[in-house]
Amino acid sequence: MSAAEEVVTEAPAVEAVPKRAMTLGYGTSLVVLAALILTPLFVKNFIIFQMTMLLIYGLAVLALNILTGGSGQFSLGQSAFYAIGAYTTAILMEHFNVNYALTLPVAGVVCFGAGFLFGQPALRLSGIYLALATFALALAMPQLLKLGFLEHWTGGVQGLVVTKPDAPFGLPLSQDMWLYYFTLAVSIGIYVASVNLLRSRSGRALMSIRDNEIAASAMGVNVALYKTLAFGVSAGITGIAGGLGAIAVQFVAPDGYTITLAISLFVGMVVGGVGWLPGSIVGSAFIIFVPNIAEGISKGLSGAVFGVLLFLVIYLVPHGARQVALIAQQLAAKLKKN
Amino acid sequence: MELFANQVLAGIATGAIYACMALAVVMIYQAIDHLNFAQGEMAMFSTFMSWQMMQWGVPYWWAFILTVILSFAGGILIERLLFKPLAKAPVLTNVAGFIALFAIVNSVAGLIWDFTIKQYPTPFGSSPFLGSQLISTHQAGMVGVTLLLLAGLYFFFQFTRIGLAMRAAASLPESARLVGINTSWMIALGWGMAAAIGAIAGMLIAPVVFLEPNMMGGVLIYGFASAVLGGLSSPLGAVIGGFLVGVFENLAGTYIPGVGNELKLPIALALIITVLVVKPAGLFGRPIVKRV
Repeated sequence: MSAAEEVVTEAPAVEAVPKRAMTLGYGTSLVVLAALILTPLFVKNFIIFQMTMLLIYGLAVLALNILTGGSGQFSLGQSAFYAIGAYTTAILMEHFNVNYALTLPVAGVVCFGAGFLFGQPALRLSGIYLALATFALALAMPQLLKLGFLEHWTGGVQGLVVTKPDAPFGLPLSQDMWLYYFTLAVSIGIYVASVNLLRSRSGRALMSIRDNEIAASAMGVNVALYKTLAFGVSAGITGIAGGLGAIAVQFVAPDGYTITLAISLFVGMVVGGVGWLPGSIVGSAFIIFVPNIAEGISKGLSGAVFGVLLFLVIYLVPHGARQVALIAQQLAAKLKKN
Repeated sequence: MELFANQVLAGIATGAIYACMALAVVMIYQAIDHLNFAQGEMAMFSTFMSWQMMQWGVPYWWAFILTVILSFAGGILIERLLFKPLAKAPVLTNVAGFIALFAIVNSVAGLIWDFTIKQYPTPFGSSPFLGSQLISTHQAGMVGVTLLLLAGLYFFFQFTRIGLAMRAAASLPESARLVGINTSWMIALGWGMAAAIGAIAGMLIAPVVFLEPNMMGGVLIYGFASAVLGGLSSPLGAVIGGFLVGVFENLAGTYIPGVGNELKLPIALALIITVLVVKPAGLFGRPIVKRV
């Protein structure tokens, strides 16, 4: 029943992350990159598949991170955009025989449009209301995909089967390995673009909205435009991730894109550290591997184990992987001094 | 016309479920300013506790009262142990905490009582109410209990010292602390009351949707929707929102061609988004004035 709310003294919903703290240094980036390039050469096909999924979910978490960590808006509806991207890719590949690589930009553009449009009504909502509106979107999506008159294109409840592409130019790579390197290339491209976006004038505008909307608009930032753009960009990247996901899993069906996926992506972002882009991959690892580990510890109680682990993360390292990275950095600096 | 009247009546019957849950949602929102995603699971757990007591031979109303008391204590315990340390953390961390709590409660209930669907008794009987086939005495009883709860809450918040203190602690915590209100315990009390109301909602809903660990999934979403529609700051709004969502959902299913059972949920959600865009504070909520 609060009729008035102090805006200036009120803590922002998302903690301010300075621009520089959003990325890794060059040295660390190169090490991570080398690990990502070399590991698949030494592991089994199934692990390569899991690493592909790691990158794909990493992209989706990154997209959410741009929206929440960048512009301070919540979304529990990323699974909807992921689904739109996946279906765009699947329909183009299976009904129109479009090359898989060409479907991804289309998925991105379609989702950018969807996100931009959804961003319009979302402009009027903030905080918990926005979370709820996006939550509603995620809940409605599987139902919409099952609609009768779309069944010719979407395959209804059964979904669509997607063919896995072979390596081009006669490269001696297995399908899994080729797809992994393809995904890696796309991910690196998007990561670099995202980092640059947040470092640019637009990125600064987004962060000013996140930190104090009223001050931002007073300084001449077009709040409405940038907020919807953030939604669009985030949805676009999620859509590309969805498209890649459809190719990797070789299958799309409405029940693959439920609210559980949206919640997983959200958990991934919190675990990775809100506003820390490299954390996206850590968050992605958490949502892919921790449920498996939990099931390994106790089959009946896997949900409880997952919950306890999540509680441990938010108690011990409330800023997620970013905090761990900072602590590691400080330790390294201390060791150097000695 | 008769079809219309019948559908409205059936809508009110389902709306009572949503209204019950929405009350619990508003209660916790009043206390902590967050939507508790684990609320439905907590209610489900309470319902299972009462079911277990009845299995041990405790009469219905004793089990009912005991469960409400235990849930109240449980809610306070959860707040003290798990969420008090997060009080200063950003909203996102809190939401992650709710998700974790959701996973834990759901999985523990599944382990103790397994996932088979169970019958749950009703104290009101299930014969047709006043000769109408669409609404049973149980559903009429639910509407009654919801309205009673609402009246009780209204009395509590408007006319008791502790209700006033809770309102103060929720709206301006710092000023409330300055006049000597223990805001930290007010939050715990809010959790306890929300858990107790959730338990009542769960025990009323269980005869309709049957008892199983996932029974609250759909109901909670409608509960959120109703609370938002009516305005998160108003218990009365939440109850009216619940009935509105129930009626609208039924009418849309009957009169709009192409809307089967499958599309009821998206339609209800679209309604909510529309209302939010036009009236961001909900139908009965007080708009928040921003002061720079």
